[in-house]
Amino acid sequence: MFDTLSDRLNGIFSRLRGKGRLTDADIDATAREIRLALLEADVALPVVKAFIAALKERARGADVHQALNPAQQVIKIVHEELVAILGGETRRLRFAKQPPTVIMLAGLQGSGKTTLAGKLARWLKGQGHQPMLVAADLQRPNAVNQLQVLGEQAGVEVFAPEPGNGVGDPVAVARASLEHARRVLRDVVIVDTAGRLGIDAEMMAQAAAIRDVTDPDEIIFVVDAMIGQDAVATAEAFRDGVGITGVVLSKLDGDARGGAALSVRHVTGEPILFASTGEKLADFDVFHPDRMASRILGMGDVLTLIEQAEQAFDEDQKQKMTAKLMEGDSFTLEDFLDQMTALRRMGPLTNIIGMLPGMGQMKDQLAELDDSHFDRVTAIIRSMTPGERQNPKIINGSRRARIARGSGMTVMDVNQLLNRFAEAQKMMKQMGGMMGLPTRRKATKSPKNKRKGTKGGGTRPRVGGLPGGLPGGMPALPPGLDPGALDPNAFKAPKLDFGKLTRRKDEQ
Amino acid sequence: MQWYGYLLIVLAVLVLAGLALVAPRLRRRALPPAPPAPERIPEAAPQVPVTPVEEAPPVAEAPTAQAPVLERPEPTAGRLVRLRARLARSQNALGRGLLAVLARDRLDEDAWDEVEETLISADVGVEPTREIVERLRERTRVLGTRSAAELRTLLTEELVGALDPKLDRSLSATPTDGKPAVLLVVGVNGSGKTTTCGKIARVLIADGHTVVLGAADTFRAAAAEQLTTWASRVGAEVVRGREGGDPAAVAFDAVRRGAEAGVDTVLIDTAGRLQNKVGLMDELGKVKRVVEKHGPIDETLLILDATTGQNGLEQARVFTEVCDVTGVVLTKLDGTAKGGIVIAVQRRLGIPVKLVGLGEGPDDLAPFDPGQFVDALLGSDA
Repeated sequence: MFDTLSDRLNGIFSRLRGKGRLTDADIDATAREIRLALLEADVALPVVKAFIAALKERARGADVHQALNPAQQVIKIVHEELVAILGGETRRLRFAKQPPTVIMLAGLQGSGKTTLAGKLARWLKGQGHQPMLVAADLQRPNAVNQLQVLGEQAGVEVFAPEPGNGVGDPVAVARASLEHARRVLRDVVIVDTAGRLGIDAEMMAQAAAIRDVTDPDEIIFVVDAMIGQDAVATAEAFRDGVGITGVVLSKLDGDARGGAALSVRHVTGEPILFASTGEKLADFDVFHPDRMASRILGMGDVLTLIEQAEQAFDEDQKQKMTAKLMEGDSFTLEDFLDQMTALRRMGPLTNIIGMLPGMGQMKDQLAELDDSHFDRVTAIIRSMTPGERQNPKIINGSRRARIARGSGMTVMDVNQLLNRFAEAQKMMKQMGGMMGLPTRRKATKSPKNKRKGTKGGGTRPRVGGLPGGLPGGMPALPPGLDPGALDPNAFKAPKLDFGKLTRRKDEQ
Repeated sequence: MQWYGYLLIVLAVLVLAGLALVAPRLRRRALPPAPPAPERIPEAAPQVPVTPVEEAPPVAEAPTAQAPVLERPEPTAGRLVRLRARLARSQNALGRGLLAVLARDRLDEDAWDEVEETLISADVGVEPTREIVERLRERTRVLGTRSAAELRTLLTEELVGALDPKLDRSLSATPTDGKPAVLLVVGVNGSGKTTTCGKIARVLIADGHTVVLGAADTFRAAAAEQLTTWASRVGAEVVRGREGGDPAAVAFDAVRRGAEAGVDTVLIDTAGRLQNKVGLMDELGKVKRVVEKHGPIDETLLILDATTGQNGLEQARVFTEVCDVTGVVLTKLDGTAKGGIVIAVQRRLGIPVKLVGLGEGPDDLAPFDPGQFVDALLGSDA
């Protein structure tokens, strides 16, 4: 499996740890690693070069903060640069003073223009607008039909005077659509154009002609989040051919690292307006550059995680689980099974863990952990009686043998599961106790960490404790950044987050 | 907001608990044998100075009996010439850049860095690039190559070598034991599955085969219509279900219909799915399972967009896990994208590129040939 950008950066930073200051050689080595990491994440080469140049400049310059260790310095710089490239702030759609506002969509074939048109229409309708879709993709077979179906789903009128499939003139359709929109009082016109290649002069001229007759207020360039190095060439071609005023990143629900976001933002200088995150019309959101930067930096896309969790866990479960944790001791195998099932609904485990802060390094360990192992654990637990699940202590030798037979595992497997569960249960109790307290208590934290160090048995011991004074003393770190991520042996890094999260909760 | 915090903690706890329970066991347990890594063992023997001429890329014509795609009425050569013309038009930036570098008097570190970067810019990927450049370096050192033409030959060889021209790139689309050959077309959203299905059907029909198309993309609006439009152009039959129906059922019906009608090939178009959507990948697994009730699937083609970056490798990996991809179709190669990702895909997973899509025209589909591909990529006829 590929190392993701965050893995790479975390790897670099862990190597930097322990050094007092950054030397020039350090900076060069780091820069090279970051360069490769960015390239692997599909950030385009010119953008990577610009990024690295800025990074070196800043790392050598006066910005170096004496209070932070080198790793933290680099993280800070990288994060700031990423946010800078991604655009810092999000921008809203520009509406015309004199309706109708015209929004034109352009992009390569298969980048998701037609689907986006439907989503945008639905979204605008939800905002109280009266959008109208214009089927100006007369090229691809049945693009017009597709738009009509989407329009129906979104409850939006579709202006499609031409049947498509190569018949009709998209420029004429675009021109006619404006008159139609004025006549039927639509205040937003969304023009869906055919997919085209940047080098196809004829098609680009057609797009420019559509632009000229409609005088769009927004020309949205739709780009696939998993596009590679070609992002720059394509974005440049569209920028020069039709002009771009905004970008939409589509298929962001995939597992591509979204290097294209950096590239396109850098090349066009135009903001990324929306993120398209799924196939349904509702899967559409305003783009959050800060989230994106955090995700790329391996600081965990906590908000996305929560959103996914919301979908996967129903309200009852949340209540129950929270209550269990608060009580601290009634976490049973049954609950574990429930949670495991719910968690697996959220997608592959590695993805979920990748979104948790500081979990970057665990990915390696997790690479060997595929979901089928959870099937085995599930099988063992399912082979227990309800009584046994509630109270694993009653499981004696013969019960173990029965469970092993029932689940097709060995008695040793069952033993291991039970032992580890008992340990996990202890851990839960402590955590529940910690959470129950309204204020943060550092005093409870360090013993907890020590104890947990013994938990996994075979797991590596923690190196050192928490960096001292962490909670209050790190204002210079980017928000959500977990210093635990810097620990090279941070197999247990996530636990550090619990403290942080409770803190966050207190703050909010 | 408060329970958000709790929820997150619960999640984290869960993950931890899961790991505590599962991960340590894993380490003790012997790992299941990794899927056979068909990684090409570089037959690098820098000490053996093989002259470039001897290692000229074996442009092996696939045996025509097995490769109906090659037997189309329109001469194959015509398509390859067009492939070359199109690639030359769009992609010689790469070739020019590379050759400009290689034509320098002295090959210093910067020059090699530039070669490396140029390959990376073609989406070849960092690791394959490094390997190619490393071997190229060694061979220039050993052979004492200085002239641009020789270097070009070496580079061509390296790139062709990376694509392993020996792999079988024929499409198994002929019926076995009177049962139609079943082709399953899979890929992420917007990669061009339906279009490619239409094109393949066209090629097969032009070739005298009879084809039934299964519109198992029941999700996307008007996908079935799109396929029907393609089919009606060539007179193929389309089996379709209702929108939102079970794609496995449609695929099953398509194969059954094909067997009843006694056609040669059944081509199943599936809905686009991102490889990280477990539910959708499970659905694909089901399509495969259900179709296999009729007999094995002869060919599973993964459609890869040439613009795709390094995520393409992950796509290939996951799709292969789910439905044993036997070949890649690289689409949209007529753009500025270089499609270098196929080098990485072939290197890592050993899945050959079988066909390339070169545009929206109905006949813009050509068999893939590593030698020609690389020649076109380097932008000259040598």
